[in-house]
Amino acid sequence: MTLTTGHSAALDFAQPEPVDLSSGKYVKLWQGPQHPGITGNMSLELTLEGDTIIECKTHVGYLHRGFEKLMEQRSFIQNFTVVCRIAVPEPAFNEYLYAAALEAISGIESPVRAQWIRTLNLEMMRLASFLMWIGGQGGAFGQYTVANWTLTYRDYVLDLFEEMTGARIYHMYMVPGGVRAGLPAGFEKRILELMDNTDKLLDQIERVMYDNVVFKARAKGLGVIAPELVDPYGVVGPNARASGFQRDLRKDEPYLVYDQLDFNVITGSDGDAYERAYLRLQETRQSVKLIRQIIAGTPADGPFQANMPNMLHWKVPAGETYVKAECTRGEYGYYMVTDGTEIVRRVHVRGPSYTHAIALMERLAIGTNIADIAGLMVSLHTYPPEIER
Amino acid sequence: MSELLDRLVRDFGVTEITERSPAITTLKVSREHGECLIRELRDREGFTHLNFIACTDWIEDGIFRLIYMLHNYASRQNLGVHIDIERDNAEMTSIHTLWAQAWTYQRELREMYGINFPGSPRLEENFCLEGWDDMPPMRRDFDTVKYSTERFGHREGRVSLEPRDHMKVLLYPNRGGDES
Repeated sequence: MTLTTGHSAALDFAQPEPVDLSSGKYVKLWQGPQHPGITGNMSLELTLEGDTIIECKTHVGYLHRGFEKLMEQRSFIQNFTVVCRIAVPEPAFNEYLYAAALEAISGIESPVRAQWIRTLNLEMMRLASFLMWIGGQGGAFGQYTVANWTLTYRDYVLDLFEEMTGARIYHMYMVPGGVRAGLPAGFEKRILELMDNTDKLLDQIERVMYDNVVFKARAKGLGVIAPELVDPYGVVGPNARASGFQRDLRKDEPYLVYDQLDFNVITGSDGDAYERAYLRLQETRQSVKLIRQIIAGTPADGPFQANMPNMLHWKVPAGETYVKAECTRGEYGYYMVTDGTEIVRRVHVRGPSYTHAIALMERLAIGTNIADIAGLMVSLHTYPPEIER
Repeated sequence: MSELLDRLVRDFGVTEITERSPAITTLKVSREHGECLIRELRDREGFTHLNFIACTDWIEDGIFRLIYMLHNYASRQNLGVHIDIERDNAEMTSIHTLWAQAWTYQRELREMYGINFPGSPRLEENFCLEGWDDMPPMRRDFDTVKYSTERFGHREGRVSLEPRDHMKVLLYPNRGGDES
């Protein structure tokens, strides 16, 4: 099923009426911010009637470090130590988009080789993040074995990041004009070996987790995102694709070298937690295939960095842009305003969690059994730091 | 796109149309026409996706510039709607009836810039900051160092460095940070 729009002007966005807690019929319960079933440090303020959630409010702020304010006080190059911390499991998208926004305003074009290496970096990031997510979703439904497998393989990907960039998590590798270094000797062979093993792992995960009757019973029908919710709630990425929307920025608005890669946008139809989980498994497999294609296509020689001005005195011309990329959760964007000085005027980071974890989560939680709230939350794949920035 | 922009100029008094890239155009509209224009773009022109609402503080001009970034999935165009409002007693019409996530952005803008959106749900609830009693922190005149010093005081062994000077010292250690 391919839908073109999910908009319905008749949708009711009204907030629920507050309940009378003194009636003794309801229980107020906080899920988080310290809870194994929560995605990062955020919390859900739940009101229960029996085991059923009748009201949910998302609370964020536990990780607020004022990233956007910090960026307005540092030089352009210094902000790379800030941006990568905005989405801990996926720092690469922040690096890439911050660099891409600066390049767009400055009119800088990164060399072809750097574009291939950046694409490789982003797909490795997607793979690492999806592996972490599969473990989280399994754990939320009691399948801890799968979590151990996937976190081990995520670490193998981080080993490769360490070879490629010198760091495991915060790489600061994609800088304006290109990347900091080319690929190390023998890297291609090692990553292809890991991809072969990852394929086998994903087959095992499908049998153990996705074919498991308990996982199916709990995830099917949970947190259904109806197509008419998609646009009004700003739903993007796998959450939208699992509801039938054929939308993927890598295809729709290609960046880097995605227009030279052979892949299709994967969609589902049911829009529930199981459909989202299965779609992400398929996209993990797709990411493995893309990495093989990128390795085959990356030029062995050539510059990996454009000529750049002195970073200590780099004055970016006055301008404004919005750049975006498809991260594992959908549209990730950087809106940037510059005023011709050595410091950025404004950066606004648009993360998919902003809508998925607040407006959407608060709606989907209503009517859910308390035992399934962790599974629902993980199924939306949210990261709190990109909400708070 | 040009037909649409011509119509917006004629019907809504849109000004300052700027093509930032082939896929991104920004335009400016008055505060009075802002909500109507955004509603029109959503309902009749296919801009069904609200990417975000953000604010830039142009303190030297005494204005906040609100940016409503809208996307049309069919034409793959982004339209950034600029609306300038006065910094003093800043207020803007709420669009919480157009998108479900709009009130979240408006709650954040209330907390971080002090902008009021009458009628927007849960506007007075904390977003990130609990018990904040100072100036909205994303305003340009909010002094982060002063706030930190007053709130947390001096701690033995704590050193504050001006980031750019510190970077020069790291890059040119033998010359004491002198890059000349």
